[in-house]
Amino acid sequence: MADAAEVARRYQAAAARRRWILKAPALLTILLASFGPLAVMLVYSVMEKGNYGGVAFGQFSLDGWTAVFFKYDPFDETTSLVVANLTVFLRSIKLALVTTIAALLVGFPTAYFIATRPAESRSQWLLLITIPFWTNLLVRTFAIMGLLSNQGLVNNALIWSGVIDKPLQMLFTDGAVLAGLVYVYLPLMVLPVYASLERMDFRLVEAGYDLYATRWKVLRHIVIPSCKPGLIAGSILVFIPAIGAYVTPRILGGGKNMMMGNLIELQFGQGRNWPLGAALSITLLAIVTVALVVYIRNTAGKGGAHGH
Amino acid sequence: MRNLLTGLSAIALVSTLGSAASAQEGKVLSLYNWGNYTSPELLAKFEAETGIKVTVTEYDSNDTALAKARAGGTGFDMVVPSANFMQIWIEEGLLLESRPDQMENFKNMDARWIDVSWDQGRHYSVPWQWGTIGPVVATEFYKGDINTHAIWLDPPEELEGKINVPPEKNDVMYAAIRYMGGEWCTGDKEFLKGVRDKLLDAKQHWLSMDYGIERMDSRDTLAQFYYNGAAFRAREVNPDIRYGYPKEGYSMFMDSVAILADAPHPENAKLFVNFIMAPENAALISNFATYSNGILGSEAFMRPDLKDAPELNTPAELVEFGGWQDVCPTEVDELYTSIWTDLMQ
Repeated sequence: MADAAEVARRYQAAAARRRWILKAPALLTILLASFGPLAVMLVYSVMEKGNYGGVAFGQFSLDGWTAVFFKYDPFDETTSLVVANLTVFLRSIKLALVTTIAALLVGFPTAYFIATRPAESRSQWLLLITIPFWTNLLVRTFAIMGLLSNQGLVNNALIWSGVIDKPLQMLFTDGAVLAGLVYVYLPLMVLPVYASLERMDFRLVEAGYDLYATRWKVLRHIVIPSCKPGLIAGSILVFIPAIGAYVTPRILGGGKNMMMGNLIELQFGQGRNWPLGAALSITLLAIVTVALVVYIRNTAGKGGAHGH
Repeated sequence: MRNLLTGLSAIALVSTLGSAASAQEGKVLSLYNWGNYTSPELLAKFEAETGIKVTVTEYDSNDTALAKARAGGTGFDMVVPSANFMQIWIEEGLLLESRPDQMENFKNMDARWIDVSWDQGRHYSVPWQWGTIGPVVATEFYKGDINTHAIWLDPPEELEGKINVPPEKNDVMYAAIRYMGGEWCTGDKEFLKGVRDKLLDAKQHWLSMDYGIERMDSRDTLAQFYYNGAAFRAREVNPDIRYGYPKEGYSMFMDSVAILADAPHPENAKLFVNFIMAPENAALISNFATYSNGILGSEAFMRPDLKDAPELNTPAELVEFGGWQDVCPTEVDELYTSIWTDLMQ
């Protein structure tokens, strides 16, 4: 006959088992969905490349990784630091940063506007923000193409109003890509900023004014600190997809000025260099991770004092 | 727990249904084809005659199609590779040797397309469409000679920043090599360096490197290096558009339909392959995508404006400058790929 301690031990073991069983689906999903693809990429990146794309399994090679940083020129038979990849990296980082800043500049006032509406009308404003999400990204991007083209709405309006007399080349420029990225990712900025503004105690703003703070001071010392978590979340949500964007630069950039997503696609397509493509993908992941860590350390550290 | 069980049994039920359908091949067929290349009228007619419903999935480059098929399990029955890729598809064992040459309608095949280098005697494939690749120019803005690649490789001032070139490695490389005075598949490194410099220099004057001719409709581009059938469609929108056959040498292409080795519906696919070799059906393909087909007698069923279009009828004195993109040796292809990735970045 088991004593009390034995019963308790068995009960605990059973409870632990049950916990694990209940946890298992979540853990499995995370393992498969998150680390599975990563593991595949990692394996592909250290294989010899196949003849017409693909990889030669079992033939270990670091050529893919070497090609991320160094380029062998078959014409001069020299190896040098690969400038082309670097240019694409920098262009992607720059465009993603500018996109984030632009989304912040447009998204913050929008979120503030919604948060200061009467409670019953806020959900309608939010609905307006989310409506574009109901349309496929591709369709929205092609719609922008229609706006920016030589005989598009913007050029026609400018010509009609006499601002210009010849259409401006807007399509297939970095500016077009930027406009597309900001438009597509703007809701990802507005929603988290709104969420933290909504929780803000607006009596603090009134108190600020009562104490003779200027509008600017109220904004800097009261509003921004209290919605900082939202600003951080929004910036991250915009920056990450923007740096890896594929469709928008492909369609609005005209395929001439690549971003990292397109560079990676090139390797899996006509470049027929899957190991390099896999290595570039992991490099992109590393860049994003580093950027995130730096960003969160710098912002959250200072903002922590104002946290909820 | 009960919900879980219901879910599981639902999954089991669905998968049983799925396998039951595939066992008897069903009245369906799946075509993996280039974008904007398949006539809906043709598919409707095929369905009316056979009861087989064809679904189409589109791709935009040979490499995309090849990569997908090599990964396997696509569920596609038919694919339409270009001549310069057909050999790879056959060597990799991706295609079914369906023997179109023994099919009933093969008698309609134009003899010039039977003993082709990429599929001798047509054991695997039949022509879908063929054409040429050359400069397409808006002559309202450019008055010079159109039968030259200089339009996009040494662009005149009036076309600068208004040019589109498709991101298609072999087409671009072929034209650039011939323009610089070389032969296709040359492995001469000194010469190829010159080709690379020429392309990198020319790229600065291009607006975009993308597929599609529609940007000529809105005058976003005034010149393109592009495919003859698309040039015809561009002229329908802007009548000043002209298509050139460069004297330096231009390439011809042919996309042919073949059945995949792992096709779920090979018998339906054979019916389709035979179907499109009938002149009235081949004409439907041309009438939609505006390229020539390879079937004799199809002219009688083609749109008159298309049949006599200058884009589809190479002037007799320029025929000799056309050539095919044979598959180059691997080491040469790697040099071309190297130039290509430099250009694309």
